[in-house]
Formats: sequence, structure tokens, C-alpha cells
Amino acid sequence: MSDPVLSIRNLSVEIPTRRGILRPVDQVSYDIAGGEIVGVVGESGAGKSMAGNAVIGLLDPPARIAGGEIWLQGVRIDPLEGEEMRRLRGRSIGMIFQDPLTSLNPLLRIGDQLVETILTHLDLGREAAEARAVELLDEVGIPAAAERIGAYPHEFSGGMRQRVVIALALCAEPAMLIADEPTTALDVSVQAGIIALIKRLCRERGMGVMLITHDMGVIASAADRVAVMYAGRLVEIGPVADVVGDPRHPYTDGLMGSAPAASLGQARMRQIEGAMPRLGAMPDGCAFHPRCARAQDRCRTGETPRIGAGMNRAACWYPLEGGA
Amino acid sequence: MSIVNVKAVSRRFDVSRPWLNRVIERRPKAILTAVSDVTFEIGAGETYGLVGESGSGKSTIGRMLVGLLRPSEGVVEIEGVDLNGPDDDEIARVRTDIGMIFQDPFASLNPRWRVGEIIVEPVVALGGETAGLAARLLVQVGLSAADARKYPHEFSGGQRQRIGIARALASEPKVIVCDEPTSALDVSVQAQVLNLMRDLAEEHGLTYLFISHDLTVVRHMATRIGVLYLGRLVEEATPEDLFNGPRHPYTQMLLAAAPTLDAFGEVADVPEGEIPDPISPPPGCVFHPRCPIAQDICRATRPLWRDLGRRKVACHLAE
Repeated sequence: MSDPVLSIRNLSVEIPTRRGILRPVDQVSYDIAGGEIVGVVGESGAGKSMAGNAVIGLLDPPARIAGGEIWLQGVRIDPLEGEEMRRLRGRSIGMIFQDPLTSLNPLLRIGDQLVETILTHLDLGREAAEARAVELLDEVGIPAAAERIGAYPHEFSGGMRQRVVIALALCAEPAMLIADEPTTALDVSVQAGIIALIKRLCRERGMGVMLITHDMGVIASAADRVAVMYAGRLVEIGPVADVVGDPRHPYTDGLMGSAPAASLGQARMRQIEGAMPRLGAMPDGCAFHPRCARAQDRCRTGETPRIGAGMNRAACWYPLEGGA
Repeated sequence: MSIVNVKAVSRRFDVSRPWLNRVIERRPKAILTAVSDVTFEIGAGETYGLVGESGSGKSTIGRMLVGLLRPSEGVVEIEGVDLNGPDDDEIARVRTDIGMIFQDPFASLNPRWRVGEIIVEPVVALGGETAGLAARLLVQVGLSAADARKYPHEFSGGQRQRIGIARALASEPKVIVCDEPTSALDVSVQAQVLNLMRDLAEEHGLTYLFISHDLTVVRHMATRIGVLYLGRLVEEATPEDLFNGPRHPYTQMLLAAAPTLDAFGEVADVPEGEIPDPISPPPGCVFHPRCPIAQDICRATRPLWRDLGRRKVACHLAE
């Protein structure tokens, strides 16, 4: 595979509170190559969005990057601040959020929002920027783009709005796109169109895509590789067919088994007992051990298993055997 | 015998601008038909799944079933009693047989009430006996009796939904309307809550109206499924029949568009077009602008809700 566009090394995010320091992201490492979609899955509070926000420099204080490195196209970006970060954001990294309505300014025509973004990041004249805006809307599949350019966000449906947001994220031809739950607010029939669009743009432009979602179905159809997060830690990473079809970490296995489709024809669904630990009450050893049927002493008290030396696929001392 | 009977029910909402704006801007009245001529029944002990995308009218139907909304036309009967009929005593009696579980476990519990008070409220409102009730219900839904003294903010989303279920059970209803009960929950918690709901149904002989946009959840829970599109039922069948051989073109499109766990790298078939504006729906069959097999009759005449083997379908061409 080609050199990674984005490289995250041992990234940790901390939030200082009166009761001590919380770690919503704990020593996470992964790479994303150009033209590759990496799906980041996990339940609410697993730290998947927090890791994405750290990459683009949008952590809400007091949350801060406490350790590790983030490299974008060979440049280390985690120490950047202020103006430098702002320039990078939007220019090299585009971001799509869950709710397309709050990502757009309701008082501005979408054409003006696009042109403003293009003028900020690219060295173009006003007319060229307007032509570019129409091109972008056309590319993301908005019919009659030249006529819709004067419309306000409320005149678009949810799916069309998300397409406009994607066009905004693409304005400066970023090398990296972070999509945080891009289809969660949309209906199934609209969702399929947005996923197809993100895939096409990723391939055509050779862009790296970080697709953050809790929906396994979306991951299975869109991602090339999957990173599974649990309680701020990366617990499993690998090609999508392997992770979904043949999970090695007991948590991934439970997560896949909990999807209703996996319990087809059975009276009861498989469930993982208990709930994810709170950040302030992280258990020793492996964070999953209180819910894990395979847990042994080493999991409860030993060193926290992490992907890295000797553990390429699952952060687990006793991973499931393959081929099951 | 069916316990819930929905007969030719329609519900319209007036979404016009205020009258002065209408006069100045010369706009006509705008009437949104959220539910149009919907007929179905639910037998005792059944779980009837209603699926549809946003704006399909599934929540409106749920609200009419519990009496939170009146139908504009048609009749909603619970145990043979018309919920909007003349006999107030009978209506009051059957209303206690209906419970409801809401989607948002954060908005549906009063943050200033203790969990115990929240759970017994439906019984208090009827003047019933509540001694030990909250504790018993909490244990039934997998929480502990001591939780009755706590406040909602001390619980996670899944636990709150369990509290919502306990409240729905308090008045010992026969029918529970569940409006997207697990949409706000993570998958592993969703599995826990769905298993609990299924266990309770068996224990208490409950009948559910299970409203969801998630096809896989409905497939797992329902004994029969009705598919809604733009306020109209388009197909009704058992989960097996529906998923193995959908007959209505909309159901076919919906199933093809849903992402599955085993379709790696395949992009689901992308449906044509979008849901039309419910204020001015297309004439004839409302699905015809997006339908791959539409013909002249579909553009002119609304299809009847007809039997097709073991299922029901509203399509001129389905066979």
C-alpha cells in the first residue's frame, strides 16, 4: 500500500476534571492511505469522535491532546495552533458532521457559502470560484446545480443538504476527509446514496476517508478496513471482511453478534451483558474484562493489551481463534 | 379475535401559514395528510411491526392508537371499543389497557421525579394501589428495587429505557405501543432491551405495536409487518414472506437499500428520487414517480389495499 495520508501514533486525549484526569482516547494508533476508507466503530463514549476531532484540531477545551503524534502527508500536525491549524483544516482535511442542518448557515445561500470557502482556501477569482461551486454541486449529485446555487439550506431535503455539506468539505480538494456519522440522521434509502457518493469521491480523488459510525451495516458496505474502539482504546483493526466476518476480539465478536441481523431466526438476540465502563472508573488491565466471558487473571490485573508489538489484529491476551 | 382494530383511518394536519400571511401572500391553505386510509388489525399476543422512513406516518398512527391524537376519518378500536366514540366509561376502561414506550429515554422521564414516582404515575392517575409496585416492576425489567429512590440522571440510556418499560407495564396494559424504543441505544444495549421486551411479552401475554425505521429490528421482533410509504400502507406480511419475497416495488427498494453485514464493499442499490412532499402528494399511487414498473393506471388511480395470497399489498401490478 502507498504511504499513508494520515498517520496517528499513540494518540491520547485527556480531559482534566476535579475528580482526576479522564482519558477518552488512550494510546490509539492507525494509518489511513490515499483512496482508502477506514471505518471507526464503537458505541457512544468509545472515543471514536473524540479521536476524529483531535485530528482536525476541534477538541473542545478542556479536552487536549496529551500524547502521541498525528502526521498528515508527512507533516506532523498535532503541535499546530491557531492560524496554522485553521488553514490546514478545510484546506487539507475536510469534515462532515452528523446533522447537515447545523453544518450549514441557514441565512446564507448555499452558493455563497461554497464561494466563501473556496475563496478562503484557493487562489481563485470570484467568477472562477462560482464556476467551481457549480462544478462541486454537480459532482456530489445535486440535480440542476447551476439553478440551485441560489437556494437556501432549508429548501433542500436532508439527503441533499448532506450532499451540500460534502461539497463544502471538498472545496479545497483535501487529502483527507473525516466523516462523523454522516448518514445517521438520514433515511435508509437516502443513506445508500450518500455512502455511494463518499466511496466514489474517495476512489476518484485518492482521498483518505475516516468514516466514524456506530452502524455496522454502513461499515460493511463502505469501509476497506475497520478500527473498533472500546472505552477509548483501539481493540481490533483489520480488513473489513475479516473484522466483521471473523472477529478476534471478544468485544468485536459481541458487537457483531448483537446486530439484529446476526440473530436471524432465533427467539433471543445475542447480547453483551453489562455496559461500557465510565471514563472515571476504568478497570485495571483490559477495559473489557468485566463483560468478557474469556477473561482470566492476566486480563484483570496485568498490563493493558494494546495493538502494536506482537498484537497486530486484536488487543487481547486470549483472542478468538480464526476460521470460526 | 383482534385486540386492536384500525379501520380506514386518516389524519390530516393544517400546516398553513397564519391567515394574514395567507391573504397577503395569496397562498392557499396547506393540509398535510400524515396518514391516509390505513387499515390493519393486531391479534392478541401479536407483535405488529410498522416500518417506514421519516414522514411515513408511523408515529402518527401510534399516537392515534393510544388516544393522543384523534383520527380525521376512520375508527380506532381497542377491544371493540371506539377510542373516540360516545361511551366515556368504556373508553376510560380500555385506555388503561394501552401503554406506551417512547423513543427518547432522556426526554420521556421527568428529571425532577424519583424513578419510583415516575413508574407508578400511571396507576396513581387512575387511583390504583401502588404499594411495592415500583420495586416489583424494577426487578422485572432487570434493575434493582433500591433504584426507585434515584433520579433519572443517575442511569445510562439503556437503563432509562428499562425504566420507561417499567412505567408502561405499571397499569398492567394488554397493548403497548413502542415508538422506536431502541433507536437511541447502542447495538449491544439494544439487544438487551429487545430481549427484555420479548421476555415480558411472553410473561404477560402482551400485544405490541412496534414502530421502527430499522428493518432488521422489526424483522427480529414482529410477527407481522406493515410497510408504510407517505402515510399509506403498501404491504403487509409475515417477516419471512416480506424479506424473502417483497411484492411491492417500494418494499423491494427499501430492502435493497438497507446495508447488510455480509455485503462487503458492495454499494447497496441506490434508490431513485426522494420521498415526495406530503402536502401535495402525486396522484394515483404515491410511489409512481419513483417506481421502476409504473404504468398509466398507477398515475391515475390509487391502488386498493388487497389480499395477495397470505399477504396484503397496495399495488396495481404486484402479483
